[in-house]
Amino acid sequence: MSDILVSEQSAPGADGSGRPSGRLLEVDDLRVEFRTRDGVAKVINGVTYHVDAGETLAVLGESGSGKSVTAQTIMGILDMPPGFVTGGQVRFHGKDMLTMSAEERRRIRGEGIAMIFQDSLSALNPVFTVGFQIAEQFRVRRGMSRSDAKKRAIEMLDQVKIPNAKGRFSNFPHQFSGGMRQRAMIAMSLALDPEVLIADEPTTALDVTVQAQIMDLLGELQRERQMGMILITHDLGVVADVADRIAVMYAGRIVEEADVYDLYAKPAHPYTLGLLNSIPRLDEKGQQLRTIKGLPPNLMNIPPGCPFNPRCPMAQPVCRETVPPLLQIGTGRASACHFAEELVNRD
Amino acid sequence: MTDNIIEVRDLVKHYPVTRGIVFKKTIGQVKAVDGVSFDLKAGETLGVVGESGCGKSTLSRVLMNLEKPTAGTVHYKGQDIAKLSGGALRRLRRQIQLVMQDPYTSLNPRMTVGDLIGEPFEIHPEAAPRGSRRDKVKELLDLVGLNPEHINRYPHQFSGGQRQRIGIARALALRPEVIVCDEPVSALDVSIQAQVMNLLEKLQNELGLSYVFIAHDLSVVRHLSDRVAVMYLGKIVEIGTEDEIYERPTHPYTQALLSAVPVPDPTLRESKAIIRLTGDVPSPISPPSGCRFRTRCWKAQDVCAEQPPLLEIRPGSDHPSACHFAEKREIVATHEA
Repeated sequence: MSDILVSEQSAPGADGSGRPSGRLLEVDDLRVEFRTRDGVAKVINGVTYHVDAGETLAVLGESGSGKSVTAQTIMGILDMPPGFVTGGQVRFHGKDMLTMSAEERRRIRGEGIAMIFQDSLSALNPVFTVGFQIAEQFRVRRGMSRSDAKKRAIEMLDQVKIPNAKGRFSNFPHQFSGGMRQRAMIAMSLALDPEVLIADEPTTALDVTVQAQIMDLLGELQRERQMGMILITHDLGVVADVADRIAVMYAGRIVEEADVYDLYAKPAHPYTLGLLNSIPRLDEKGQQLRTIKGLPPNLMNIPPGCPFNPRCPMAQPVCRETVPPLLQIGTGRASACHFAEELVNRD
Repeated sequence: MTDNIIEVRDLVKHYPVTRGIVFKKTIGQVKAVDGVSFDLKAGETLGVVGESGCGKSTLSRVLMNLEKPTAGTVHYKGQDIAKLSGGALRRLRRQIQLVMQDPYTSLNPRMTVGDLIGEPFEIHPEAAPRGSRRDKVKELLDLVGLNPEHINRYPHQFSGGQRQRIGIARALALRPEVIVCDEPVSALDVSIQAQVMNLLEKLQNELGLSYVFIAHDLSVVRHLSDRVAVMYLGKIVEIGTEDEIYERPTHPYTQALLSAVPVPDPTLRESKAIIRLTGDVPSPISPPSGCRFRTRCWKAQDVCAEQPPLLEIRPGSDHPSACHFAEKREIVATHEA
């Protein structure tokens, strides 16, 4: 572990296991906007979440909800411009990454926080072999020799269960199948043993049988390494299988945060309820699906009050005037709805 | 069999793999669809599921007569569609329409919605007299739940779900009897997906359409389909009613596929037994001998490598399955179980 991380180990919850436990990453009231020719799009409007060691936080949302932009801001790979961080903090072991020097941030990337992208074909460099791209990290960051780095890279490929890892080392990304490329991406992101892994739609481009393999692999590696994982997805099925906690995003805000069992049993926000009602289920036959009417708001022109109010079946005049804050309701769960209590307490 | 609107028999579509630029030589065949038979009855929805590369989309292209089959036939109301030409082919094309997957690339960005939906009338002027076309387009917009006032807008002014509605309106313009939907909702967000699925259902009830519904999402297919065909590497491995496939699957591939679908219910985490398939789908250029699924199948025996299993009803089951060792197995976990 690099010096900077060691010096950070006084963070609360550090135990004797050699690996800091407790709160690893905190996003605190983050605000991001995109300034474009057509106007200012408020993409993130005060997002707060955290992830602890060994825990999986699922960030659930539809396209445009800001789930990926939050992740890009954490990693420091947001395109600026057009993106601008207008407020908030991203703390890693208690230290704000947004105010760090580029050099400090670079050291956290890969070793502290790593990321897996959705589209493995465009995330891997097509002109270098898969093995080279993994080994590169060991050479640059660990100062290993070419042959040692190769050995470690083959070990990594083996760990993510790529058959014939040795032979596959010198293959190019296009010679891998979609599932194997995603495995190679996982190997690459885990190479430097990160404490937090951000997986941005890691299985969306894959078939279901391969998706099951990849999610298993991720779960296994996470348990082994006690990583904190942020799983960004729109798939309510995948979330139900792997998440510990869920944060639901809508129009750049967290609208609900809860333990996975609570969220599915009793959603505390009408948007979550609508999402759960609108998915066709394998174990249920076709009746009319209950849909959420309308469309997500234009982020350049978010409606006043609760951003969900134009689509909400429960909307009252107050919803059009006051933005509901994300408030605690019961233990470990929060909802940004004026009528959260009523929603949870109904039968 | 008078109520079969489409009959597909032993359909084969191979694409040549060539090497060389000047002296092209064929070095193999991609066996995209390799012996597929099924019927589509009037007014029903036939779901076709399978993973990428199993030949679902090639099947849709052959059904649309965009590709000529290498062998086998597709009959529409008794006519072999590959043999039609001239006026007969034009009449056929009116009857079978396609809804495409990607609502972003399938609409010409330079045409207004009115032009896009009205374009079929240019090709088939007999469908609507010139003067009435604009009204027809407005009716269609209303039918698919879009504002008829938006007839002069361009595709980029609409969201993904709205664009898919435009694609559906365009497919409906000529009042077809059959619509082939190739992954119509897979590019859409969950809340929008439900809206489009409800629309497709409503249109079927109102207009008596038959759908061939191609998708990789098994939950979506179950929701919309009356009968379901499961494809693997160019062949149908199991076909039956929606109940037969989802409640009583007998082919190991169907069982594995169903067990891998994540169910949005965390309380089923423990009770769900996932059948793990190892490896990837083999290349359709050189599929395994005998049963194509044998390389990933946990039941595979010597006979599977030697004899391709026929798609037939076997003892102890009520629907055709292409497995030598087909047996029922309950997969879809429910709370009652």
